[in-house]
Order: sequence, then structure tokens, then C-alpha cells
Amino acid sequence: MSGDTVIEAKDLTKTYGQAVAVDHISFSVGRGEIFGLLGPNGAGKTTTILMLLGLTDISGGEVSVLGFNPAREPLSVKRRVGYLPDTVGFYDQLTAADNLRYTARLIGFRFNEREKRIAEALERVGLPDSANHYVGTFSRGMRQRLGLAEILMKGAQIAILDEPTSGLDPHATTELLGIIRRFKAEGVSVLLSSHLLERVQSVCDRVALFSAGRIALMGTVSELGREVLGAGYVVDIEAEGAGLAERLALIPGVSGLEQTGIGKLRLHADRDVRSEAAAEVVAMQGRLKYLGVQEPSLEAIYNHYFESKPDEVPKEGARHAA
Amino acid sequence: MRREGSAFNGLGVVMLKELADHLTSVRFIILELIVMLIAVGTVYVATQQIKDTVAEDPFLFLKFFTTSREPLPSFIFWLSLLVPVMAIGLTFDAVNGEHNRRTLSRILSQPIYRDALLFGKFLGALMTLAIALVVLWLLVVGLGLLFIGIPPGGEEIARAFVFLLVTIVYAGVWLSLALLFSILFRSAATAALATLGLWLFFYVIWPVLAGELATIIVPPDPRYTALGLQTPGTVVLEQILARLSPSTLFGEIVVAILDPTTRALGPIYLSQLQGAVLGSPLPLAASVLIAWPQIVGLIATTIILFVIGYVVFQRQEVRA
Repeated sequence: MSGDTVIEAKDLTKTYGQAVAVDHISFSVGRGEIFGLLGPNGAGKTTTILMLLGLTDISGGEVSVLGFNPAREPLSVKRRVGYLPDTVGFYDQLTAADNLRYTARLIGFRFNEREKRIAEALERVGLPDSANHYVGTFSRGMRQRLGLAEILMKGAQIAILDEPTSGLDPHATTELLGIIRRFKAEGVSVLLSSHLLERVQSVCDRVALFSAGRIALMGTVSELGREVLGAGYVVDIEAEGAGLAERLALIPGVSGLEQTGIGKLRLHADRDVRSEAAAEVVAMQGRLKYLGVQEPSLEAIYNHYFESKPDEVPKEGARHAA
Repeated sequence: MRREGSAFNGLGVVMLKELADHLTSVRFIILELIVMLIAVGTVYVATQQIKDTVAEDPFLFLKFFTTSREPLPSFIFWLSLLVPVMAIGLTFDAVNGEHNRRTLSRILSQPIYRDALLFGKFLGALMTLAIALVVLWLLVVGLGLLFIGIPPGGEEIARAFVFLLVTIVYAGVWLSLALLFSILFRSAATAALATLGLWLFFYVIWPVLAGELATIIVPPDPRYTALGLQTPGTVVLEQILARLSPSTLFGEIVVAILDPTTRALGPIYLSQLQGAVLGSPLPLAASVLIAWPQIVGLIATTIILFVIGYVVFQRQEVRA
């Protein structure tokens, strides 16, 4: 995906004296992809982001953002990349529109373009009525949305979002994730960091799990699930019918079956066997009440991975960091 | 390694924003009100004093700045007291404020360098103070005209104008000190206290301390003491030490500029008195020349403090 890669990091390293904050990480983000940097606080996510933006020195390794080196050409990078910092701040004594005007002037937009872009951006994040309200009165969720409006106004090709959903209520989170999905629809690549695995799982195309400055795992959520949790798919069935369990166990690909309750069965399979299972139940004239496949949860993957390898301080990230 | 683009990208934008913020802030309005009151009060009192004086003075107008009547000190006393307070009040939270509001990383992720932000903040505050001081200056000049009704001469205006410029330079010293502390300390309150503390130290304690230190390092010669004179070595050292304080430098400049009869700042040697008509005024250029080292000293202090702040800021982590 060389032609469509917007961020390419290779052996990126950041040290503070003796302490290593980011330790030889490599990853790439494609155009229009939502890439998640996930992991606990202090794992090196924010430091990685700051290095991508040229806001902190790079101790080692190479990084290219849209073909520019953030250390040497920070202005070219910052002109094309929008950044929403962790708990973004605005000038409380200015209105939402004035805050964006200041940024727009810094970017260098002329008056007409500036006003047009600001109006559009506020419209798209759902804040058109708050344009002339002071940011001091804004809720946390509105500030986050204003931060996204700033990125939209900038016309950024890459949006880098640091903990965009932390501290938001579920409703605001859903709205925010909706805006992030729209970024993708417009071909904007999104790099987002979070320690809230579940929330972010739903929007990310690919994720990198950070641990102590290294990328422990990288790939799509289902890839990681298979790699870490072993068995591929888990299908839950709730149905009534005699001898159902025996019949279901015979479906090709099913490797295990367990009774999880009265009339409830759980199938472990190496592929999605929902349609076959449904067909079996119907064929036996049973009553199918529920049929669902469990998406591997990032949290389960994460916990499983670090529980199974508590001492592992990966010496070579290469196995995971494809 | 050459950086891409200009370091001054966005400088004007930052400066204008800072200027607008300052001019509309409550903090500034309060400071300005205090200064206005003092200007009106001191000029009025000075007028009363001047009206009582019958002696002819070719530089009557400059007396507005320097004349005092008990219990109110003169205008320049208040100015030398308030300019640092205003300067510190404007910039003590310049950089740490952005940190604490968490706006710093967002602003720095725009296509500008940190240079533009810092320099813009300094220039914005300096312009704010300059505007305030120009207004104040015009107020004093106008009130003076109103109260005594004698138009000032060209040289008086020129001297008053130089005085205005020097005051702005003096403000610059405290601006860059406050800016430096706002970079060094993450808490705005700490930065304000540290800057005010340093200002008090230089304004109140240092002049006394300089004398004490000088006597310790160069003990007074008993032969001079017996004659009731000060030992030259001690006096010279005391002055050198005292001049480390910007307040002292400003005071000396003001004396040289506003009092045209000032021939030297510090001990006068016999050679300087040769051919001099004592009490006769010097031309403006000569007065400026006398104070030139002090003026350069103030400008240099401003630049040095700013550069230290600049270097620290460049290396600082932006993350909150």
C-alpha cells in the first residue's frame, strides 16, 4: 500500500534521558483508514503523536507524514494534519467562531474563505447555533466537537485525535464517533489514541496495542482475536429441540460445543457457521430464539495477551508489528 | 539543519490577538484606571507646587513629571513603581496560561513555529503597554497645558518624548522577565509571585544591599571618614552593584533626561567640571549621551531575558 500510505513510521524511538518512552515502533496508516493507537496511559501513545506532528524531537528512527519529515518540514506537516489534543482547550473568553478564526488566521486563510470554512465546519459537527457563544459555557463534548470542527475547517488530510472520547458521556461519545466515521467517508485518514478499548473498537479499521512504549500487537480486531484468543469464531445459539447439540457438533468447522444454560449452546468454530447452524435447527423443526456471533472484544484480547505474557517485554516487535 | 519556512509565520496574527485580549481584559482596565488616577492626581499636585514657585525655569514643563508635594510622591516615582507591575500583570501567565488552558498544543499544531507564538506574545504585551503609556503621556502633557497654560518648548517636548521611549524600554525588561517566569513555572500564581518578588528585591532591597556589600568588599578608608567624606572606591563599587538593578538604571536615565542640568550620573570628577557652567542646562543630545550606557543596559537586559526564555521554550515539552 505504498502509494496510499499517509503515515509511515519505522523504528521510531523517543528517550528522555535514560527512560525510553517510545521504543522502536513501526507502523503505517493508509489513506482513508481509521487507525487506533490503544493502550494504557503512559504507554507512549501521546509521545508518538507529538513526534508525528514535529512537536517533540525524535530520538531515533524515521517517520514520514504525507511524504514530509516532521522534524525537518514541520510546517508542511502541520498544514495538512489536524490535531485534537487530549482534553483540548479553547480560549474561554472568545466565542466558538472567534476561536476558529484565530486558528484560521494562523493557517493563513483569507477572510472570505475563512468565514465559509468556519460556517461549514461548525455546521458539520452540529454546532451552528453555538457559533457566537462563548466557549466558556461549552460542555466537554461541545469542546471536543469544536476541536473536530477545527480539523474540518483546516481541510486536513489526516486527523490525529488523542483520547477523543475520554470523559464524555455515552451520547456524546456516540456523536463523536459518528463524526469520526464521516472523516473516513471523505477520505481523511484518522489516527486516534485511546485507553477505552471497547468504545474505539467499533470505529477502527486497524489497531496497534501499545505496552510500555512498544507495539505489542497490530492488525484488525478480528485478526488479533484469532491470534491471541486462539479459536476463531464463537457462535451463541438459543434454541429448543431434542438432539440439537449432537447435530450442531457435526457441522464442518465446529471444533467445540458447550452448554451455557438451558437451551443455550456455544459453538467454537474456525469460520462463521451461523447459517449452517440456523439451517440445522430449522431442519430439526426446533425453535430458534437467538443466534449470534461474538466479535472478539479488544478488551478480552488485551487482557488475555498481557495475562498470558506478564513478563514479556518484547525484544523484537517485528513479529507483531507487521 | 535548515528549518523550512519563516519563523515569523503567524507572528502578526498572534500579536494582534494578544493585543486584543489585553485591551479588552478586565485586568488591563483596572491597571489603566489606577495609572490614570495617579496621573491626574500627581499632575494636579505638581501644578499647585509649580504655581507657588516664582523662580523662572526654562524647563517648567518637565517639572510636571518630577515635582512632588508632600505627601504625594512625584509622577515618575509612581511610574517607576507601576510600569513593572503593569508589565508583570500582562505577561506573568503568557505561556503557562496557554499550558493550563490546554490551548498550547492545539495552537502549536497549526503551521507556525514556537518563535512566532513567543515573540508575538512579547510584542503584543509591549504594544499594549506602549499604547497605555502614550495615552498617559498625552494625558499628562494635556493636563499640564490646561493647568498652567504655558505651551512647552520644542526641547521640552523632545525630552518628554525620549522619557516616554525609555519608559517603554523599561517596561520591556519586566515584560521579558515575566515572560521568562511564565515559561519556567507551570503555575501562573508561582510565576507572578516570583516575578513580583524579584521586582521588589531589585526595587527596595538591592539599593540598600548594594551599599552594604560595597562597604564589606571595599571597607571605607578612615582618612576619608574622618573628613566626613565617602571613600571613592566604596562609592564606585556601590554604584556598580546598584546598577545591576533595572530600577536603578531607569532612575538614572530619568534624572539625566528630565533634569537638563545633570552632568554626570555618579561621582563627578574635577576634570568633568573644567570649563562647565554649573547649573546650566545641557543640550538634549548630551543628556541622552550621559544616559546612553543605562539605556543600552536596559535594552540588553530585555534581549538577554527574552533569549533565555526563548531557548527554554524551544526545548520545553508541549504536552500538558
